[in-house]
Formats: sequence, C-alpha cells, structure tokens
Amino acid sequence: MKIHEYQAKSILARYGVPVPRGEAARAPEEARAAAERLGGGTVVVKAQIHAGGRGKGGGVKVVRSPQEAETVAASLLGLQLVTYQTGPAGQRVGCVLVEEGLEIGSELYLGLVIDRSTQRPVVMASSEGGVEIEAVAEATPERIHREAIDPAVGLAPFQARNLAFAIGIGPALVGKATALLDGVYRAFEALDASLVEINPLVVTADGQVLALDAKVAFDDNALFRHPEVRELRDLAEEDPLEVEASKHSLNYIRLDGNIGCMVNGAGLAMATMDIIKLAGGEPANFLDVGGGANAGQIRDAFRILMSDGNVKAVLINIFGGILRCDVLAEGLVSAVRELQVKVPVVIRMEGTNVEQGKRMLVESGLDFATADTMDEAAGKVVALAGQA
Amino acid sequence: MAVLIDRETRLVVQGLTGREGTFHARQAADYGTAVVGGVTPGKGGTTHEGWPVFNTVREAVASTGANASVIFVPPPFAADAIMEAADAGLALVVCITEGIPTLDMMRALTFMRGRPTRLVGPNCPGVLSAGIGKAGIIPGHICRPGRVGIVSKSGTLTYEAIHQLTRLGLGQTTCIGIGGDPLIGTSFVDALGLFGDDPRTEAVVLIGEIGGSAEEEAAAFIRTGFTKPIVGFIAGQTAPPGRRMGHAGAIIAGGKGTAAEKMAALAAAGVTVVESPAEIGAAVARRLGG
Repeated sequence: MKIHEYQAKSILARYGVPVPRGEAARAPEEARAAAERLGGGTVVVKAQIHAGGRGKGGGVKVVRSPQEAETVAASLLGLQLVTYQTGPAGQRVGCVLVEEGLEIGSELYLGLVIDRSTQRPVVMASSEGGVEIEAVAEATPERIHREAIDPAVGLAPFQARNLAFAIGIGPALVGKATALLDGVYRAFEALDASLVEINPLVVTADGQVLALDAKVAFDDNALFRHPEVRELRDLAEEDPLEVEASKHSLNYIRLDGNIGCMVNGAGLAMATMDIIKLAGGEPANFLDVGGGANAGQIRDAFRILMSDGNVKAVLINIFGGILRCDVLAEGLVSAVRELQVKVPVVIRMEGTNVEQGKRMLVESGLDFATADTMDEAAGKVVALAGQA
Repeated sequence: MAVLIDRETRLVVQGLTGREGTFHARQAADYGTAVVGGVTPGKGGTTHEGWPVFNTVREAVASTGANASVIFVPPPFAADAIMEAADAGLALVVCITEGIPTLDMMRALTFMRGRPTRLVGPNCPGVLSAGIGKAGIIPGHICRPGRVGIVSKSGTLTYEAIHQLTRLGLGQTTCIGIGGDPLIGTSFVDALGLFGDDPRTEAVVLIGEIGGSAEEEAAAFIRTGFTKPIVGFIAGQTAPPGRRMGHAGAIIAGGKGTAAEKMAALAAAGVTVVESPAEIGAAVARRLGG
C-alpha cells in the first residue's frame, strides 16, 4: 500500500526522524494559510501524488509569499500531473504539501527494503542524493553503501555509524544521523513497511539533518494488524475498477488492451496475459479469481471485466484443482445470462470434472467458444477480438 | 528415494480441523500419503474424521512419529505455526498459507537458522511425489509417476505444466511449489540441488515469475555444473512495472526483476527457455527424446 509524502513525513517524524515543517492543503486558501503559519516567507508547494518525478514534472514550486503559495496551489490542485512514473495520462493532484524552504548544504540518499536473497532488511545509503538511485547503482555502484540488519538485533549503532561516515557526514552530525537511521528502522519494523526511502536526505547550511522527501510503502499482507495505516489509503490514487475488485477479494489490475482475462492463479493469470500477447493480442487486464471461486465470485469477476469498455472479447482460463469444472461451468453460464454478456467468450477449462463442465457449457445453449489448450484458446480469442 | 515426500513420510496437518485442512488431508490420504494426525490448539484429545487431534506439534510428533507437516493456518498465525513445527524437529514443513506478513516470515526464517527443518513455501501448492504422496493441494489425478521434476513459484500454472507432461507420457518425479512470496523457505537453487541428487529425475521444469532474483541465482547455480536438461518458463513477460501481480513477490521494482532478464540469464546457463506456457511439455520431450 502506498501513501503520500506528507503522510510518510508525519509517520517518520513520530519515530524521531526530523522533517521540514509543513502542512497538507486541499484548497488554495488552505495553502495560503499554511504559508502564513510557516512565517510568510519562502515555502515550497509540492503536489502530492503516489508517484515520483514530481519535481521534474513541474509539481514542485518554490514560492516567496503566501499569496504566491495560493496561486501555485490553485494551479496544481486538480491538475493531471504527468511524470516519468505516472504514465501519459498522469495522476490527479488532490492535495499539496506546503513546506518551509531550507538552505540545503548537501543531498544524500537513504533507503530500507527487505533483501530477498539474504532474507534480511538492508539499509542503503549514498552521498549521491536527489537523483534516481537506480542511475547511481548503474554509474557509480561503489557510492552505495549497505548494511544488512540482523533481525534478532535490529539496526546496531555501529552499523548506523558505518553508513553515516561512509556517506560523508562529519563528526559533528553523526549523532543526529544515527538517531535518524534508528528511527527509520524502528518505523519500518513497527508498522510492517515494505520500503522507506528518503531521497534526498539533506544536511542544511545550519547543521540539521532531515528528510526532504520521504516515501513509505506498506506490506499489504500486514495491513490487517495496522488499522491506523489502513486509514491512510487514498482511494482516489487507485483505479476505480481495481478498488471495486478488491472489495470482492478479486485480484484485478487494469491494462491497456481489449481482451479481458479471467484465470485462477496469479502465475497462470500472468502466463495467460503472456500467451495472448504472443498470439498477437493485447490483454485488457490481469484477474486472478483465486482457488475458491464460487458462482458469486465468477459473476462479480465477469461484471468487473465487462465494466472496462475496451473489452472486445473474454478469455477464461481455469485449471480446476479444488475448483471443479462443473461448478465453474455453472457459475459461468449463470453469469453470462444474468449480465447479458454480448462479447465473444472463449473458455478453456482443464482439471477436475472437466468433461462434465464442458457438457454443461454445450447444453446451456449459450454461444461459448471452447478450447482444449492454452494455445488454441489464445488464438481463438485474438481472432474474435479482431473481428469485433 | 523420492524428493522430500517419500514412502517414509508421516504427515501431520496443522489446521486439520478447519475447512481447508480437512478437505486436503482427505485428498492426501486418498492419494496414498500417510496422514497420521492433526494439530489444532485447544482441540487436543479429540478425533477428527478418524484422525487424532493434538494441541501442539510436539505432542503430535511424540504420539505419532510424524516427520513432516503441512500448514493450513490463517495468515496471522501461520509464521508461528512454521516455527512450532521447526521447534518440534520435523524434517519437512510445507506452508500453504497465502498472505503472511513479510516481517513475520523474516522472523520465522531467522528462527529456523541452524535447525534441520526444511520449509517449503509459504504461499505455495506444496509438494507431491507422483504415485507416492503429497503435502499440499496439488491434485493427484493430473500426475503420473515419471521422469521430470518440477519446481515452480506458481500454483495452477504448475498444474498446467504437470498436465502437459502427463499428456506426453513423460510424467513427474516430484513437483515442488516454492511459492510466490518474497521470502520463502526453499529456493530454486535448493530444489535443483535435490533434483540433481535424485536418480529418477532425468529433467527439470523450472517455472519462474517476475520479481526478485531467484531465477538469476538459479542460473548461476546451474552454471556450476548442473547437467540434467532444464526447461524454463517465466510468467509475467507482459506485466507492467511497479505492480504486484497477485503474488506478493511478483513485482518489477526499480527496473529489476523483469521476465526478460530472467529468461536471458537462464538461457545463458543452458536452460531451454520457452516463451509460451503451452510449449513447456513439448520442450521437455525434445530435450529428453533427442
């Protein structure tokens, strides 16, 4: 689960990570009031969307007065901000962060993720802040320093010092830097984060060390035990169909194509998207109905698929293990009837009770195309979508 | 001896008395697995569907001589169930549960360091040795005793590969679902090591997904001298970056973990990488048939 920069800063601040003074604003006059409370001088107005590259995309502006803050906020709020991370349609800005301006001395990088290979959290730090860390990893990997955290111990103070000295933080500020690092790890562990990234971490001219930008993402699997984190979810940042699907415990991701897919199992669902592409088509979505798909879920899945106006044909690829093909056939028939599905539907079923399931499809009298193999199914649905 | 599940396997079911546990315990027993009992805290001393139920894994082991367990326990409690099984000294623990918090798994894996227990999963369909037994949810009726080992991050995509091999008369030795989570107990490298040592396994099917670097690590391992033919398929060639594609571990992050990179790494190690999931069985037949 993603959150906004202003929310990330608020969380990190609670764990002792210094952040610039600032407030979120959802209306231009709120931005002016915030700028006044910050002293009426130079402030930064930052568009809040769940994507990076906001600065380069024109979503971050330095202003000199509360009046200017109001004007800039008015131009940003409601804007479809396009950055290299948003895709061409951009994302609508619902909120801005109005923050005190700082005299930046140096920009550093700090990141914390779980490393799958070592199965430990790893802290990465670099003197090259304010740029994409992937570019640093590519060009000057020796400038990224890592400390693997022993889960039994947490981030040891010596590890924090290793990193702080390595990225050029001087003796006067090492204490502040290590306290900040400690706060970052404590927040990560306490809240089941999946990522904390501070880029840039700045040292100011007057000797403060703080998080000028902050990104925190949370492990979806742990949200059940963090109600206060769940409250931070911004549904406006998510695709409405995907939000709808998640309410029905369906895993749905909208894509750009015109062939809707319904599959049981994430790996098989990805493979189905792949084989549609190989057959010359474009998948409209990823949809995993999961192992326990009953008639109701199949109907809900169909409804969500058909809510995408781009869909010209549907491919259903189900390998029944626990899910029986006759149960699936029953669900499909009733869904197609109830929803009055008008686009061609290709069904490929395999596994438990497949012959019975196939018979039920034929006997329904509905106009399903069927296929025995994934190859055949992909070829048929691509042809049908092309004719639509 | 088959890989992981063999004729000596005595399986206890953690979460036996739940709906999933009950159904799959029956399926496993019908397939020929020696299912010896179940563990549900608070229901010890009762009988469920003819099996003895115990309060703790330790009691179950002492009473039944169980040497393996399969876990059907909900996500908030599953990592603890894994640790309990390891603490009881079981040789094999297979965790089916999807949705375990990543940090819980990190702590469970830390707990397991230095202990002799092998964990498979979580978020996996489990392990099945064809014609012998199973711990998990892989349907037995699609399998046939044969020559090919399967190691896969996926569930139903694994069944697809099994089905193709059965149809071609090649069959399977053991199918290992390693699961779709970012932190897992058994890796591709671990599974390849087991298949390398198994005299009945003549070829291996490796099914990967976007996310992480497990397939690249497998490629490096293969280059150190794994000589049996391998056919590989990587799901997610068309996945968009930055999105979690169902499985918690299936995400392309910071440009890393793409299907293309994995396919290239495996191909460079001599794996026959197929672009289409429909070609997996045929590619194995070609490698084995000459």
